[in-house]
Amino acid sequence: MSRTPPVPLHMQRTPFDPITDLARLRTEAPVSLAEAPMGPVRFPAWLVTRYDDVREVLGDAIRFSNSGQAVRAHVAAAVDEETAARLPLAAQGSLIGYDPPDHTRLRRMLTPKFTVKRMRRLQPRIEAIVTEHLDVMQDNGGPVDLVQAFALPVPSLVICELLGVPYADRADFQRRSNAQLDLSQSLEDRRAVFEESRAYMAELVRRQRSDPGDDLLGALVREHGDELPDEELIGLGGLLLLAGHETTANMLALGALLLLRHPDQLALLRDDPGIVDQAVEELMRYLTIVHSGVIRTATQDVTIGGKPIKAGDAIVCSLPSANRDQALADEPDVLDLTRKPTSHVAFGHGIHHCLGAPLARMEMRIAYPALLRRFPALRLAVPFEEVPFRTYSAVYGVRSLPVAW
Amino acid sequence: MRVHADREICVGAGNCVFAAPEVFDQNDDGTVELLDPRPAAEHHDNVRDAVARCPSGAISLPEPG
Repeated sequence: MSRTPPVPLHMQRTPFDPITDLARLRTEAPVSLAEAPMGPVRFPAWLVTRYDDVREVLGDAIRFSNSGQAVRAHVAAAVDEETAARLPLAAQGSLIGYDPPDHTRLRRMLTPKFTVKRMRRLQPRIEAIVTEHLDVMQDNGGPVDLVQAFALPVPSLVICELLGVPYADRADFQRRSNAQLDLSQSLEDRRAVFEESRAYMAELVRRQRSDPGDDLLGALVREHGDELPDEELIGLGGLLLLAGHETTANMLALGALLLLRHPDQLALLRDDPGIVDQAVEELMRYLTIVHSGVIRTATQDVTIGGKPIKAGDAIVCSLPSANRDQALADEPDVLDLTRKPTSHVAFGHGIHHCLGAPLARMEMRIAYPALLRRFPALRLAVPFEEVPFRTYSAVYGVRSLPVAW
Repeated sequence: MRVHADREICVGAGNCVFAAPEVFDQNDDGTVELLDPRPAAEHHDNVRDAVARCPSGAISLPEPG
């Protein structure tokens, strides 16, 4: 028997666009009360839909905390204290659940590892990985599921090599990542998959402690091993592994589908190498696969968009809505791959801005054109209506994407 | 145009390097490195773009222009 809870407003899409209700809110009630999810629990949260307001909230880590306090309080009220205390929120080492100064301390250890320069050094290896996967697709012939054949394995292999995670373990960690992002899971199941993930990363950390590799986890052990307790290293490793493949994988698959629905734009990206950087930014803006990121907790009474918000209230920033705001771009609902790059919030904003953005950009700028050039006649192998979307996932995308050429 | 960069605030997102590579790079610690505090007019649009795309407010233009 399946129970399907209603999809919260800020996660609804049709199927690429944020629903029109969000656009209406942006104009009529830019900060309004809505429902946010934690498993089956629904609780009130302020839904922020305008670009400027979203930037203000995300840009202020002092007044808006990532610690998950509001979510915990609502779960404690709806279920019980113990369940709330055991929620996998703000886990040790999980950078996105940290506030300053702990966030600053951990982020400083990681920023040198993800510079644009360093990511450019990975370019030949990423190109090789992309080529290998396209070769296999071509040799086997279509139709194939683009998610399993290309979009998921490419960033998974890249992050495995970068971090020092055995690629052979991918089936298990991909399953766990998927489950961790699924907001329809029960609180018990969320806890179980969280503990399973930590146990897996704990074993990798134990091995790195005894024999640090020349990968990122090994470097963290060598350079910061004394100041980083195992619990933080485990949390960091888990976050980097999850964020390192789920996000890019969903951008690649959903982006491919979007391009198939916009053949003129697809042709532009396939035939003009000069537009790849702005095309990637526009695909990110248009699709904005992360619905909201971490739910914020107001640390004091504040006013956002004219609305008074009380200390302790939960706040959901709609990133897709912000990225369709005319304050950001002219004709924001038009997909235009030649658009000058915008200051979109698809990677977030403020101190929690995606650490791996230079890596994600590098992967996308290599993978999209390579895919489109290898298979110039790429097409959907099922009717569009049959493509399954990730309705309940914190990271939007498609569950599978059958294609042929 | 005068450009100011604050490495204490910087979170190393690298957006400025994409927006205006003639003016911004990253140090070994990942924070912003200002290559040219008084960039030529031809780079001004890109610099403004970099300021808009900076997630932490680490880069700014102290004088109007």
